[in-house]
Amino acid sequence: MVNLVAKSPCAALLPLSAGNVTLTEQHPDALTSVAPFAEKEVEVSASLTVTHGVAYPAVNHAVGKDGARAIWFGQGQAMVMGGKVSDDLVQLAAVTDQSDAWAVMRLQGASSADVLARLVPVDLRSSVFAEGDTVRTELQHMMASITCVGTDCFDIMVMRSFAKTAVHDLHAAMKSVAALSI
Amino acid sequence: MRLTCPLCGERDRREFYYKGDAIALNRPAPDAGTDAWDDYLYLRDNPAGVTKDLWQHELGCSAWIVVERNTVTHEVLSTALASDVKKATK
Amino acid sequence: MRVTGKGLINRDKQISFSFDGKSYNGFEGDTIASALLANDVRLMARSFKYHRPRGPLTAGSEEPNALMTLHSGARQTPNVRATAQEIFSGLEVRSQNNWPNLERDVMSVNDMFSNFLSAGFYYKTFMWPRAFWEKLYEPIIRRAAGLGALSGLHDEDMNEKAYAFCDVLVIGSGPAGLMAALTAARSGADVILAEDDSRFGGRLLSEVEDVDGKPGHLWVDDVIAELSAMDNVRLMKRTSIVGAYDQGTYGAVERVSGHLRGAHADAPLEVFWRISAKQSVLAAGALERPVAFPMNDRPGIMTASAVRSYLNRWGVAPGKRVAVFGNNDDAHRTARDLAAAGVEVAALIDSRPDSGPSGDFPILTGAEVIDTKGRLGLKQITVRTNAGMQTISADCLAMSGGWNPSVHLTCHMNGRPVWDDKLLSFVPKDGAIPGMTVAGAAQGVMSTAGALQSGLEAAKTALAAVDAKVADVTAPQAEDAAYNIAPLWQVSGKGRAWLDFQNDVTTKDVKQAAAENYQSVEHMKRYTTQGMATDQGKNSNVGALAVLADATGRGIPETGTTTFRPPFTPVAMATLGAGARGAGFAPQRFITSHDMTVKAGAPMIEAGLWYRPSYYPEKGELTWRESTDREVNMVRNHVGITDVSTLGKIDVQGPDAGAFLDFVYTNMFSTLKVGRVRYGLMLREDGFVMDDGTTARLGENHYVMTTTTAGAGEVMKHLEFVHQCLVPDMDVQFISVTEQWAQFAVAGPKSRVLLNRILDSEIDNDSWPFMACGDVSMGGVQGRLFRISFSGEHAYEVAIPSRYGEALYAALLEEAKALDGGSYGMEALNVLRIEKGFITHSEIHGRINAFDIGMERMISAKKDCIGKTSAARPGQVAQDRDRLVGLKPVTPSQKLMAGAHFYNVGAEATRENDQGYITSVCYSPTMKSYLALGFVKNGPNRMGEKIRMVDALRGVETLCEICHPVFMDQEGEKTRG
Repeated sequence: MVNLVAKSPCAALLPLSAGNVTLTEQHPDALTSVAPFAEKEVEVSASLTVTHGVAYPAVNHAVGKDGARAIWFGQGQAMVMGGKVSDDLVQLAAVTDQSDAWAVMRLQGASSADVLARLVPVDLRSSVFAEGDTVRTELQHMMASITCVGTDCFDIMVMRSFAKTAVHDLHAAMKSVAALSI
Repeated sequence: MRLTCPLCGERDRREFYYKGDAIALNRPAPDAGTDAWDDYLYLRDNPAGVTKDLWQHELGCSAWIVVERNTVTHEVLSTALASDVKKATK
Repeated sequence: MRVTGKGLINRDKQISFSFDGKSYNGFEGDTIASALLANDVRLMARSFKYHRPRGPLTAGSEEPNALMTLHSGARQTPNVRATAQEIFSGLEVRSQNNWPNLERDVMSVNDMFSNFLSAGFYYKTFMWPRAFWEKLYEPIIRRAAGLGALSGLHDEDMNEKAYAFCDVLVIGSGPAGLMAALTAARSGADVILAEDDSRFGGRLLSEVEDVDGKPGHLWVDDVIAELSAMDNVRLMKRTSIVGAYDQGTYGAVERVSGHLRGAHADAPLEVFWRISAKQSVLAAGALERPVAFPMNDRPGIMTASAVRSYLNRWGVAPGKRVAVFGNNDDAHRTARDLAAAGVEVAALIDSRPDSGPSGDFPILTGAEVIDTKGRLGLKQITVRTNAGMQTISADCLAMSGGWNPSVHLTCHMNGRPVWDDKLLSFVPKDGAIPGMTVAGAAQGVMSTAGALQSGLEAAKTALAAVDAKVADVTAPQAEDAAYNIAPLWQVSGKGRAWLDFQNDVTTKDVKQAAAENYQSVEHMKRYTTQGMATDQGKNSNVGALAVLADATGRGIPETGTTTFRPPFTPVAMATLGAGARGAGFAPQRFITSHDMTVKAGAPMIEAGLWYRPSYYPEKGELTWRESTDREVNMVRNHVGITDVSTLGKIDVQGPDAGAFLDFVYTNMFSTLKVGRVRYGLMLREDGFVMDDGTTARLGENHYVMTTTTAGAGEVMKHLEFVHQCLVPDMDVQFISVTEQWAQFAVAGPKSRVLLNRILDSEIDNDSWPFMACGDVSMGGVQGRLFRISFSGEHAYEVAIPSRYGEALYAALLEEAKALDGGSYGMEALNVLRIEKGFITHSEIHGRINAFDIGMERMISAKKDCIGKTSAARPGQVAQDRDRLVGLKPVTPSQKLMAGAHFYNVGAEATRENDQGYITSVCYSPTMKSYLALGFVKNGPNRMGEKIRMVDALRGVETLCEICHPVFMDQEGEKTRG
């Protein structure tokens, strides 16, 4: 049998740090797109509560914690991080394994919102974007999902093939913000 | 320019893709005739004033949005999910 | 000359810098201009056209004269305003637009010919002979034109972009701006205070007056200290708001490290901010205008407000004997400040006849300056009074023609300012920028007390608009003198009177423009170049308009207004393009086999944002063709693998998935069996082909669609459009899975042999026939296998979760090599598909319909689909349309050229005779001939016919034969084998 070795999207790229900000790769057990079929959102929510202990998230919100989190991921769609969803969920929603499709990075540190302000056209300061808030937006030139998972702590998701550019862009902004505070 | 996505809230124009007149929602029946299809595909008003466009929140939630705006003042008057607008016309 | 006891500079910190190679000392807080004036250097620049000697006219970012070049080598930065650039230790500054040096500039000969070089000179002179323009006139003019020069080297400085948000953006930090910011901040609003200068305070730094019972600059310090301590306030100095845009968006340039020596290498030079503000308060103040009197451009002649700035803020007397000339009370204030500081005031010349004495200095009322002397700097002025002429020796002349409110930003959305007869200037029109309130001098409120109150009121307006409760704030006590001004637009006399200093536009030029019927202000501007210098008319527009009004016998409001456009101050292209340089220009997308591919020496080519291997050179291969030919033969005879992960993959799920696909594809997908793949053609609603690809049915309500690499984004958008805008009741969901799967094509007669060495359980032709698909296991990992072919060979595409992509690629490659196979790149892939007549976006380029590519029968008669009605229009199915054919040269070794056109044998190669064109070309090692796909009028009915291919651009002509687009294995036996 052929021996296949797995490689994560940011392998050899992370971790990095600059100033008071660090960028690390996250390795959730699984990423599953869940897009409820017509009028099935309540039942989907019930199923997720059983398997992950989280409800289907409201628009612009994420629920749960590291290990089991559901992130609103666009119109009619959530990204469930953590263990596998129920097999029966396919009756209620379009269920798609995305475990290998997204690079998940964590940006953490006092100046992390300042770093993101250089790349993201949305106000992510803690006064308006707090734990449990999420946005689908752009990171420099690429699609991204950004979730506040704690104080000065953001989970950033970009499509896997963009990982190198995303890390480069984030690192450049981190270094620049660090240089400004010297 | 900023547009209010009915789902995501107010966002910079850079997140949106512009398609054109919201007439695109009113697809004629296959047998509606040449004139109706010509109108649908090719004929557009060019108003100095209020217009309805179709935009997609491409770099955001992917929703298609009907945007009512004024081409003279650049004021954005309203935004609505295209799917809601379409369902309401049935 | 430095004045003891004056100025807000830090005299404890001396700074040494160089100007034109000579070393000078200044203090921390100095600009280049203030430091040079302190060293008695008045000559700082040469004007653009006449190369007239010039010193600074102003003390701020509106400066038209004192433009300089900073640094040398790659960091050389031209056209920096010496009045705004702070000095730092070791700063290297050079004058520009002169040769051999600033004092002796050869091009100043232009000044002697100024009678010829007046407005319209170029338009009139360089007309004839026509042929001279390109070869002679233009090169000479281009060499003479321009101010500072770029180094021509790669710019090593880094710039950045950033986004900021606030409730209230306050633009300017003079009394009005500070009061507005303080009011908004104390009320709890989220505030950004942006100040163009390196120090907050505006005119309060330059005037001798008390606010709240203390010197103005100390009141500023107190306010800034309070604001800095507040979490809801962001203070941005050295930040110029350069543009106002729709929905409260403002462009701003922050100068981050240009004033620092040896700034951290990672710090950007400038940051271009996009500020989104719910409300804004424009408190940009006002700019003093010069007076157009004869010979008003000599070094040493500057605005009165600039003289007070140099004196009060920088502790510099710009001259030893200073004369003051004006039409308003600020002239008196200037003379008083100078006298109080111990600087000799030669005379105060007030054009108003009724002005009284105001200090211990000579005053001439009802008088005007009509001439000046001093080649490289002012030495003497001539004054005309009721009593006659009088010459006065002076090395500095402070002139005050009144104040122009800084209405610039209010014009950025097409707002036209309105004329105010009392102020003799334009004031902003209410509501010119939605959400913007104008306050202070920018609104024409000229006293400090008035500005403070106006700032407070503007903040209240802004706070009300964002539903914020207003804190109890009152404006402090301050100067509240009336602004007394009488019109003084130009002074008659013998010499030239400058309006636009940088571009050398004089009152005479404006009058000439009017005389030659360029009477509209927009025409006058373009004819004379007035207002087209780097200050964009800040110093000259109102004056020029007044002169034009006078020359055309109209009032100023009737003559017109000026339209200010962004940016407010010049913005470097590097700043606008920040972040988009080199690799930052576009993101890069990498396949999982990227590293191995690069290691194998394959040149990568861009496909959209993706990078794909072009070919895999082996030892001894000298050209791409050799490698490509080998790879094609390898696939045809053995087996080849290539990464096809870049193709779009879209998961389509839901009860209506089949019905939906029927609607977006021309052919049927609801009837496709689970475990099977079908080729699909997707049209735009206008009947032309949008994209093609295969779609597999993985389950009853589950399909996975593939798109072309280039079409992936467009197709996803299209599916979402069709669903949300046309058939929102269909219960179907789309999710891109392009990135989830690493997918590899395995093609060639040995493809199954290879796969069976990788798959955990073997397949055969019965379990996996052509167009079958399903789940497979490799090394215990679940993947997917599709039996599809883009080469015409027995082929598969195998998919595995991306984390295993590189490992699977390595395993496939190893097994392929053992079977005399290997990797093939895009070049070979292209040859393989052309030989087999498969189309790509080279063929379906947007003007091609299903009929054109011979696929009209794929439009199902049983259902409606996007594009079906349009595709049936008579013109869309006309026999003589350009239709897909194959083409081969009559002599196989003769080249075919992509993009070349066809003409009938014997017909001239002209547009009317055009018979079609080539879309794809390759050399086929299989057929030992060049081959092409292309479109020929009525092509399918002209098989066997000879036709001329002409590539006029590259000068190639080849006689071709029209043939079937499938060059090999038309029955598809190899594919099914």
